Amino acid sequence: MEKIEAKDVNFYYGDFHALKGITMEIPQNRVVAFIGPSGCGKSTFLRLFNRMNDLIPGARLEGQILIDGNDIYSPGVRVDELRKNVGMVFQRPNPFPKSIFENVAYGLRVNGIKDRKFIAQRVEESLRGAALWNEVKDKLNASAYALSGGQQQRLCIARAMAVAPSVLLMDEPASALDPISTAKVEELICELRSQVTIVIVTHNMQQASRVSDKTAFFYMGEMVEYDDTKTIFTNPRQLATQNYITGRFG
Amino acid sequence: MVKFVESEIQQLRNEVYEMWTLVNSQMELARQAVMNMDRNIARQVLVRERRVDAMELKIDGEVEDFIALYTPVAIDLRFVLAMFKVNNDLERIGDYADGIARFVVDSDTDRVDENLLRVLRLEEMFSTLLVMMDDLRQSLMDEDAARAASVIAMDDTLDLIKADSADVLVGYARSHPDAIALCMGLAGVFRKLERTGDHLSNIAEDIVFYIDAKVLKHPETSGTDRA
Repeated sequence: MEKIEAKDVNFYYGDFHALKGITMEIPQNRVVAFIGPSGCGKSTFLRLFNRMNDLIPGARLEGQILIDGNDIYSPGVRVDELRKNVGMVFQRPNPFPKSIFENVAYGLRVNGIKDRKFIAQRVEESLRGAALWNEVKDKLNASAYALSGGQQQRLCIARAMAVAPSVLLMDEPASALDPISTAKVEELICELRSQVTIVIVTHNMQQASRVSDKTAFFYMGEMVEYDDTKTIFTNPRQLATQNYITGRFG
Repeated sequence: MVKFVESEIQQLRNEVYEMWTLVNSQMELARQAVMNMDRNIARQVLVRERRVDAMELKIDGEVEDFIALYTPVAIDLRFVLAMFKVNNDLERIGDYADGIARFVVDSDTDRVDENLLRVLRLEEMFSTLLVMMDDLRQSLMDEDAARAASVIAMDDTLDLIKADSADVLVGYARSHPDAIALCMGLAGVFRKLERTGDHLSNIAEDIVFYIDAKVLKHPETSGTDRA
């Protein structure tokens, strides 16, 4: 079943044509990686999935993006509701200046949930799901800033997962982390796959090959190739993809 | 190492074990076929050879995927390189079992003179090979480089038996001119078994390379420690 569908998507920053006629389908409970050189449009495309580009002056979208068959750019779609369903994790960990507990509870509280028992249970579940519980269970009231970079990133993943989204967008989630923290985040991505559909933008091709089921290669606003990750990394159909993944350009 | 990479390595390891079991049983059946000139058993070997070839292709593909997707380094890289070579050596051993079985199927002889078999030490040659295969498999499972290296010396026994077999077969052919075709066929069997021993020595070297990062082959030019 397709979770996300992009239909002939064109996107403009003013006069600049940033995404050119992209059509793709992302299956449910799969990890899909977007790779490509800087400025190729992969992050722009990712951010369309939870309407993060809406407020950019002069930005304009053509085409359709559907999640669960519904056009997320239709009039009447509530962006806050959309973002509850489509969580996002950014390149740099961005915990709130609050305790570890409150960071994870935040999404529940802003959604009007007041039941303390439920919130505590959900916080624990989310921290366990993010493979962080054992490291923080004795200091839930400590500031999130006291955690290491890798722990902060997993906290952000726990925060995103607390409101039970069905899609998780990750924009270079491990590029600011050391190799051990990166390995933990990658392992987490593989474990979360059973609960959510994950779309990840990464500059690290090895990361894309390790964690994703399907990979899309973007270049100059076009999606050059989209296929099973195994195919992309062993026998890509397009010469441009081969040149990029073998480090010959980009 | 992240768990999912570990599980990929374990999967590859399990498939190599499966290939090993298959090839081992092919060689055991080839032994039964030639010792008893049993065409039915030999035909089983011929049929199962396709499975060996299919398994080789499958493992080759998985090695390619593993290298492309996980860019292994250090012991993981040595493991995957070793398994790639072990897989090819096992497939060649499967080919030799197939060749021996083909000799039995094509032969018009129903039984080989027991006295000739005893002097040729054919049974001993098969037994030595099968012990080498078992020891190597166990050394891989236990990651025991010393045990793997010790198997290489057993190849000398095979070379000796094969070298002796030539004179025995020539002598037998002279005194039994009607058995010239059989003797030529048996000479081919010994050649295949001797080559099987060489492939098993290669496998031993690959296992040592994987575990200890030591290169045992071509000692006069190499023998370096990669660790």
